[in-house]
Amino acid sequence: MSSQAPPRADELLALADDELVLGWRDSEWTGIAPFLEEDVAFSSIAQTEIGHARAFYELAARELGGTADTLAFDRRPEEYRSSPLVELRLVHDWGRTIARHVLYELADAIRVAELKESDDADLAGLAEKIEREEAYHVMHAQMWADRLAESDDGRARLLAGLDELWPYALGLVEGAQRERFLADVAERLPFFFPPEVEPVARGEHVDEWAELWDEMTMVRRSAPGGRW
Amino acid sequence: MPIYEVFRQEREGQPFQHGGSLEAPNREFADAYAREFYGRRAESFALWIVPREAVMEVREPYVAPVFDRDYRRVDGYSIKVKLKEARELAGTAEG
Repeated sequence: MSSQAPPRADELLALADDELVLGWRDSEWTGIAPFLEEDVAFSSIAQTEIGHARAFYELAARELGGTADTLAFDRRPEEYRSSPLVELRLVHDWGRTIARHVLYELADAIRVAELKESDDADLAGLAEKIEREEAYHVMHAQMWADRLAESDDGRARLLAGLDELWPYALGLVEGAQRERFLADVAERLPFFFPPEVEPVARGEHVDEWAELWDEMTMVRRSAPGGRW
Repeated sequence: MPIYEVFRQEREGQPFQHGGSLEAPNREFADAYAREFYGRRAESFALWIVPREAVMEVREPYVAPVFDRDYRRVDGYSIKVKLKEARELAGTAEG
């Protein structure tokens, strides 16, 4: 792969917002995951995503000013560049949660691999570190998709989730990255995606987003300018 | 759900020690969870992940010591004198 021009700050924000919001949504499973081991594992994945968000925000802050915290929590809800896929509230439905997890991780792996080739040495270095953790996320997502696909009931739940979330997943990546994503999904998931689907693109927000933003920023807004 | 026992090796070459156990539906999940619980903070060089049912356990008494055979025990007699004599014979007496 040839080296890539550094992404603009708003592209870094898109990556950071995706990781922050997904980490937040995944953390809604803490305490109520299907069994104890999974509770620990999924909570840990949520935490890792938020750690990646922080690192991306820090890079974005070089250009935009502010800090990771101000970028993460002091923007208006309409200013976030998170993709609708990560904003959906899926808690209580493990099949859909795993469908999102596996679709997101497959797309994210493609994005991160490309960032490693960036001309921006800080970003390339960060992408390399992130990739080491994301490899575990992909492994975790794939093993769950495989596990669900083993039984009729699990398979039905997984497929229902993949069907529903497919247009949202397409909105994560564009162009050549989307082509690779289609190939990876075809290879790794028991899912025949519909050929003509209108992606739910980044820039729109789902209905549940306002409520999540409110909760996410609540404490920080309760003490404007507070030092923590 | 099957239980797996996890053994950790802290540094290369050291013996593996029991770290704990976990429940997982199959080997793949056990692998993922063991990495998460025992390898996440770079605290282990290697892990052994063993289905509990594969572990053979024996308990006391291993072999009942019904006769007095204390000569079998290494603490049963002193070799100090014999060793001294042997060293003198070999002309390498020390201490």
